[in-house]
Amino acid sequence: MTLNTVGRPTRMEEGVSAASEYLHPTLTGARGLLQDEPLIFELGGWEKTGVDLPDCDASQSDDLGDLVRTARIGLPGLSEPETLRHYVRLSQKNHAIDLALYPLGSCTMKHNPRLNEKMARLPGFADIHPLQPESTVQGALSLMDRLAHWLKTLTGMPAVALSPKAGAHGELCGLLAIRAAHEAKGDARKTVLVPMSAHGTNPATAAFVGYQVVEIAQTDDGRVDLADLEAKLHDDVAAVMVTNPNTCGLFERDIIEIARLTHAVGAYFYCDGANFNAIVGRVRPGDLGVDAMHINLHKTFSTPHGGGGPGAGPVVLSAALAPFAPTPWIVSTGEGGFDLIEEAKADAAQTFGRMCAFHGQMGMFVRAYAYMRSHGADGLRQVAHDAVLNANYIKASLKDLMTQPFPDGPCMHEALFDDAWLDGTGVTTLDFAKAMIDEGFHPMTMYFPLVVHGAMLIEPTETESRAELDRFITAVRALATAAKAGDAERFKAAPFHAPLRRLDETQAARKPRLRWTPQAA
Amino acid sequence: MRFTKDHEWVLVDGDIATVGITAYAAEQLGDVVFVETPEVGKSVAKGDNMAVVESVKAASDVYAPVSGEVIESNAELSSAPETVNAVPEAGGWFAKIKLSDPSEVDELMDKTAYDAFLEGL
Repeated sequence: MTLNTVGRPTRMEEGVSAASEYLHPTLTGARGLLQDEPLIFELGGWEKTGVDLPDCDASQSDDLGDLVRTARIGLPGLSEPETLRHYVRLSQKNHAIDLALYPLGSCTMKHNPRLNEKMARLPGFADIHPLQPESTVQGALSLMDRLAHWLKTLTGMPAVALSPKAGAHGELCGLLAIRAAHEAKGDARKTVLVPMSAHGTNPATAAFVGYQVVEIAQTDDGRVDLADLEAKLHDDVAAVMVTNPNTCGLFERDIIEIARLTHAVGAYFYCDGANFNAIVGRVRPGDLGVDAMHINLHKTFSTPHGGGGPGAGPVVLSAALAPFAPTPWIVSTGEGGFDLIEEAKADAAQTFGRMCAFHGQMGMFVRAYAYMRSHGADGLRQVAHDAVLNANYIKASLKDLMTQPFPDGPCMHEALFDDAWLDGTGVTTLDFAKAMIDEGFHPMTMYFPLVVHGAMLIEPTETESRAELDRFITAVRALATAAKAGDAERFKAAPFHAPLRRLDETQAARKPRLRWTPQAA
Repeated sequence: MRFTKDHEWVLVDGDIATVGITAYAAEQLGDVVFVETPEVGKSVAKGDNMAVVESVKAASDVYAPVSGEVIESNAELSSAPETVNAVPEAGGWFAKIKLSDPSEVDELMDKTAYDAFLEGL
């Protein structure tokens, strides 16, 4: 045995086998750092509190009459380390962009630069309140004005509404502006056209705004069918919603013609900007005839998907829709200062109203602006370039093993595969995705877009290095080879190494347990 | 029983058509978790969105295979959507439609034609 100077063994004794029966289960059920973690309510601590509050003046409670509480309110009383550990343990059960490549297609799970976080925590941005006098938040308003300038410049559009708080909220904003524009002309229209490959939020938003949704067919090469679009366009169509690049990862080559046809019947052209990261700095949607487009700051401009707070989905608007933009917006006072236009009068007389109580998501504005400024205009062009290059590297590296619905030509920012290559293996897209968890990667987007059977949509984003892409490709190739070699068992019961194994998604959807209730003592 | 290219089936008794989705559609959808059936009294035209079926994989519209008035919808599906997977072409029916144009049924595929259509997919 090797001993160090204080007599402590420094390596495993010879002749000891790493016997597998001790691997699992352990005596406590934990697996090293991977520990079972109850809900915070199950941790309890009803009898104690983690904070030191002064004693309550009992005479005050007389004022409450019979509203005085007589029983405990049932909040867990945990100390700071207990609380912290609870959330850190929970966070360790999930995949994260800070752990490994997160190829969830259409979601653009790119690295969240730490510089953004540092900027967002500057007190002038972080420690302000929406009800503060405008004169005391001029720096924050200046940043919002600069962000608006960049968004308008990058899209070639004259106006932007910063307040929507997510992509779908942005869609709602765009369609409300479109509805207001039609109504201002005394022309209430009833229909919105949406292609088959659209994000589900597009038809949902149109229906929410009160429109009838009609689907546009798709061509064999995965794009909008112009003939079908033309056949369905008429003077009752309020808007056409198209995602470009679309959810098949393909550029809509006929986009200018789509815009022309749309405008010819007096409808507006809504572009779903979810995939703007593929064309930022290279294509200006305003030049294509787009009337409204939301921009997911958490996709194209690297703000966190959750975790760092709610999202932001600013909407750029054409000159035709700009008068109907939601309040508030920022104007320069002409003396180096900024005002918020909050009321529906003067230039804002035609606004359709507000999307939310205040001006939007300040923390996300700061992060997105930090990302823009740290890349610069040339850097943002390269973002689009690298996002497309990385996706095509994956497409080219997997095409001999996996089948593609649209194999011809390059893709944009994401590579789409189908499940034809799994025929006869007994492995489904779902099984394959679960096995990826065991290999340390978040699964790709599966079964979306709906127009492709057993779809697997892989979006690497621009922030992955060649080495990380190769690591991912090696893992997927090994899994694909195993599936084809008849190793279905590896897939059917996967994941083996996740905190929880295969979940019953059907029961989770049919009979979700959304509420914790205390067990009877 | 007659079938559409959108994988709905129609069973006609007099001027009443019972409508549902085919076994093929149910299998492709996977486990159904939610069904929105049409309101009784609603008039539907052939090809209209009539119902919505949601599975663990996808949400899909169900189109009216024939025109007419909805006279009954399958209330059981709201509490037991799994019926659509278990017996898609029987107890998993969606709605009963009083036909406004019985000749529409003749335009639909019969079993042989539908099976041949599935072969070609």
